[in-house]
Amino acid sequence: MSTTKYILGLFADPDELMHGIDTLQKNSVPIYDVYTPMPIHGIEKKLGIKDSRLGYAAFMFGCLGGTTIFSMAYFMLVQDWPMNIGGKPAFAVPDFVPITFEWTVLFTAFGMVLTFFYATHLFPGRTPRVMELRATDDRFVIAIDAKGNIPHEDITNLLKESGAVEVKHNDRKYVSYE
Amino acid sequence: MNTSHSFDGQFEFKGRAKTWSLIMILVGVVGLLAGFLTGNGERTFADLLLNGYYISCVCICGIFFCAVQYVAQAGWSTAVLRVPQAFAKVLPYAGLILLAIIVAGLFLTHQGPNEEGKITELPYLYKLWALKGVTLKGNENYDAIITAKSGYLNKTFFLTRLVIYLGSYALIGRMLVKYSQNEDDLGGMFNYNKSFKMSVLFLLIFGFTVPLFAFDTIMSLEAHWFSTMFGWYNFAALWVSGLSVITLSLILLRKAGYMQWVTDDHLHNLGQLMFGFSVFWTYLWFAQFLLTWYANIPEESAYFYRRWEPQFKPWFWLNIVINFLAPLLTLMSRDSKRKVAVLQVACVILICGHWLDYWQMIMPGTIGVSGGTEWYNILSPIDIAVFVGFAGLFVLMFGTALSKFKSLIPKKHPLLEESLHHHI
Repeated sequence: MSTTKYILGLFADPDELMHGIDTLQKNSVPIYDVYTPMPIHGIEKKLGIKDSRLGYAAFMFGCLGGTTIFSMAYFMLVQDWPMNIGGKPAFAVPDFVPITFEWTVLFTAFGMVLTFFYATHLFPGRTPRVMELRATDDRFVIAIDAKGNIPHEDITNLLKESGAVEVKHNDRKYVSYE
Repeated sequence: MNTSHSFDGQFEFKGRAKTWSLIMILVGVVGLLAGFLTGNGERTFADLLLNGYYISCVCICGIFFCAVQYVAQAGWSTAVLRVPQAFAKVLPYAGLILLAIIVAGLFLTHQGPNEEGKITELPYLYKLWALKGVTLKGNENYDAIITAKSGYLNKTFFLTRLVIYLGSYALIGRMLVKYSQNEDDLGGMFNYNKSFKMSVLFLLIFGFTVPLFAFDTIMSLEAHWFSTMFGWYNFAALWVSGLSVITLSLILLRKAGYMQWVTDDHLHNLGQLMFGFSVFWTYLWFAQFLLTWYANIPEESAYFYRRWEPQFKPWFWLNIVINFLAPLLTLMSRDSKRKVAVLQVACVILICGHWLDYWQMIMPGTIGVSGGTEWYNILSPIDIAVFVGFAGLFVLMFGTALSKFKSLIPKKHPLLEESLHHHI
């Protein structure tokens, strides 16, 4: 039994990468993931990746921020310590609008960053998990889970035929634990 | 993706679109006649000013849109550029209509009460500062505040300024259209570079004069009052309503079988702009409101006092609902901007919404509370008929201008390929 965990096809050009994806899909080889140094238009659709749900998280964080500060301002300025400011009523809604807007934006921004960190395991101080270092530089990489996808020779040939400049059989998933 | 479009097809303005525009103009004429013959001369002039200003602003927005695209060297918009260019071609006519309305309103008079309540000869428009004897001490129409402002606010200088604003916008709009048409024949970068320089010049002139244009045309109706936010507030209304008209025109043209290269991605971009600048409009609206409300100085609060009279108050709040909440809720999600039916409804809401916005900028300062006893009869059928008439007039002028283009896309624009493959 082979010790290969993942097969990586390295491409030098995004068009060849797209061609490689087509070839693998035509031959019913499931793709684990694709890593590219830059965004490629239309690749999400080709790989069948679902739309990001980050927007919903942002909306919820926005609602949370707005509610938090509105209740806080209400408690401070109306409930706990009403003050006469320029003869205005204590519960002066127009005055609450700017701070409510600001906190909505603040919570949305921080909330989105935290959600993104949570979803991608990118905490500060943590070594990023990378399957192929050159995917951050000049190589477009298709990763295929080797388990169950046999024979490996055929996959290697498919990748080579569709223009891969290099095919790697990796025994470990990530190259950058340390 | 199919990119083998034929770019040589011309727009033909005929059939149902043309018939409907003529019927709408007829409705407007009936509305005008009804207004003048039933003794509602002042209201009818206010309506004429409102709609003349509205269509001029939409045309100016067309030039502004083109100029922003050239200065930003934006590629995505090339496929849709002919529509705002057609708006630019309409501006000379729309501007002349606006000037004619203003000249007639300044010089035609009727009997009515002045600020002191005495019956006197009033001009139909700008009655606060354009009536006879307003700057003469001892005259029954004398007004000290207006006299202090009369160095700026007098008929000669006022009309000169309007001619300068509209003339310079129309001239630059014409140059941009001409360069683009020359580019269709010659190709190359020469005309693109000239358009870039002309657009920079336009943005410079526009940025300094558009607040003054709003101050003169609309804010001087209530010349005792002023707000430095008013110019940018009007600019936001101009930009949102113009974008909505551009988007709606594109959707309808696409449905009629023209401009098939305009994809959902282009409409998505326009939807984003409509959404974003609706929020910007609200920001400016609220900035003006909050400061006035907070400071509570009588001469500033007078503006909102008039709009909080029982007849106007429901419309005042509806203005916020229709121009802020409606686009916020309908255009927030990505999918809704890509669904043509939703986007089309949002365009219609915003076009009507900004008409209402202009309506409540103009009406309380012209006809005021004497225009109706209740909120539901202060907005009269005359207002709506004139709006329909001007919409028809705009469609007629726009359709005619668009049909004069030899191609519905700047086919040798250097960024054309980028626009045809636009993807977001």
